Amino acid sequence: MRDFLQILLVGIGDGAVYAMLGLGLVVIYRSTGLLNFAQGEMAMFSTFIVWTMWSIGLPMWLAILAGMAGGFGVGALVHQVAVRPVGDPHEKPLAVVIVTIGLFLGVNGAAQLIWGTLDRSLPPLFGRGQVTVFGVAVAWQKIGAVIALSVMVLLFYLLFQHTKLGLAMRAVASNSESASLVGIPVPRLLMLGWGLAAAVGTVAGVFIAPNLGLGTNLMQLTLIFGFAAITLGGFDSLVGAVVGGFVVGALSSVMPRYITIFEKMPLAPAFILILAVLLFRPEGLFGKKQVTRV
Amino acid sequence: MSSAGDGVSSAGDGVSSAGDGVSSAGDGVSSAGDGVSSAGDGVSSAGHLLEVTGLSAGYGIVQVLFGVDLVVDPGEVVVVLGANGAGKTTTLRAISGMISASGQVKFLGEPVLGRRPDQLVKRGIAHVPQGRGTVTSLTVDENLRIGAFVRSDDEIESDIEHWYEAFPRLGERRNQLAGSMSGGEQQMLAISRALMSRPKLLLLDEPSLGLAPLVTREVFDRLVVITESTSTAVLLVEQNANLALDFAARAYVLEAGKIVISGAAAELQGDAAIQKAYLGV
Repeated sequence: MRDFLQILLVGIGDGAVYAMLGLGLVVIYRSTGLLNFAQGEMAMFSTFIVWTMWSIGLPMWLAILAGMAGGFGVGALVHQVAVRPVGDPHEKPLAVVIVTIGLFLGVNGAAQLIWGTLDRSLPPLFGRGQVTVFGVAVAWQKIGAVIALSVMVLLFYLLFQHTKLGLAMRAVASNSESASLVGIPVPRLLMLGWGLAAAVGTVAGVFIAPNLGLGTNLMQLTLIFGFAAITLGGFDSLVGAVVGGFVVGALSSVMPRYITIFEKMPLAPAFILILAVLLFRPEGLFGKKQVTRV
Repeated sequence: MSSAGDGVSSAGDGVSSAGDGVSSAGDGVSSAGDGVSSAGDGVSSAGHLLEVTGLSAGYGIVQVLFGVDLVVDPGEVVVVLGANGAGKTTTLRAISGMISASGQVKFLGEPVLGRRPDQLVKRGIAHVPQGRGTVTSLTVDENLRIGAFVRSDDEIESDIEHWYEAFPRLGERRNQLAGSMSGGEQQMLAISRALMSRPKLLLLDEPSLGLAPLVTREVFDRLVVITESTSTAVLLVEQNANLALDFAARAYVLEAGKIVISGAAAELQGDAAIQKAYLGV
């Protein structure tokens, strides 16, 4: 039982990071109506910015803020340069999604050019210590991840549900033409959405890099867990990203321990989950079912 | 026919009484009226709210409009009639900046062609597009709220309540997703939302589209009340000629991208030849 709890808690700690990445995906989805396949790579890029700032002597928290600001800039720039010229995502969703796949490669290549292909090491923000709760050891780093995640969810919830700006972002995501006709400067809000999503990705990167090592492939597997998380939770739900992240983290940690076939296929639980959700509850646990009369 | 004639004259009365009411009413609506009249006095010598000259536009290589001229005065209700494909919707889309166009569009005496729709909303043009354009994944309440995006005054809440009173069914469904409402309700919502920006000019694209005749009649009845009480000018595009001519003071007939007839709504309604040739009734 203790063994199970231990594995479960490790999984939930990982899940917090998946949830953060999922959060970035949800933010882009809610502000632009798109799935961004480059979300992981943008997060990787801004985590490298954090590393650079830290390695030239900035304190970690300042380096993270710089990385988030840099990430915001990258996200906004990516939107202006690569996404916006392609056209309205509502008219050509496929074209824009393919652009995000191209961005995946482009951002990765840019990171390799700037930082090379060697893995760097980023120290854990909350140190390597751990605390024992009911006989189960939990790393401070994982507790820190859960706290950081909670703060971000709360902030985004307040933004989307309780501010005029957030309402405008949701309107743009749902119907950019109508949003424009009520006076919302649509291009500026899309840019903001991309920037915010990239900034969130930075935090996910900062928490996962100490475990995996900071290389340009940092997010490639993690992103799949992030997608599984928001598929389960619902593409448009912040809470869904969190619950989905925890469930995916827990499943991916527990299942290989008890079902030997998953030991060699660590991604399989996430994949099975995506498939099951799409088959039985396509809108996810917390997603809004689209009801539209014509 | 006589009842239709009554309709026209009463609409005319309504506009003038709204003008009279500016000094005495003293509520939120009257301030919008002040804005219109002062702008009319100051900016343009002719006093037109909207002045469209030689407007040409199209989609890609297909040109739809070939030099459209029209004017709308402050507080006036004007309808553009025409068959399918005549360019009615394109005219509205060009005026509100949704598509690029050439020619000249002056609003309050200033050229506005080439500006984005959101910039025109700030100046006082609200556009209810064809197919209503409510944000279906937002609630009724959020739709009205977003309609006031360009405003920052403290009367937004009372305006929302005003529309709930005007359309009780919207009030009952304020927390329901807009997409789950009936066509007529969505049309009411779309119009209310556009008016939440307190526009000087409302562009209205085929409000009758897809609605049952009774519901259409209800929407127009409401529109009469709204335009009279807020003295908002309306440029309406409609296929339902009889209904639109009842509602409007003046009318233009668009054919193949050009204005072919213009005049008082009552005149067009009374002219059998015009009715037969252009309005299909």
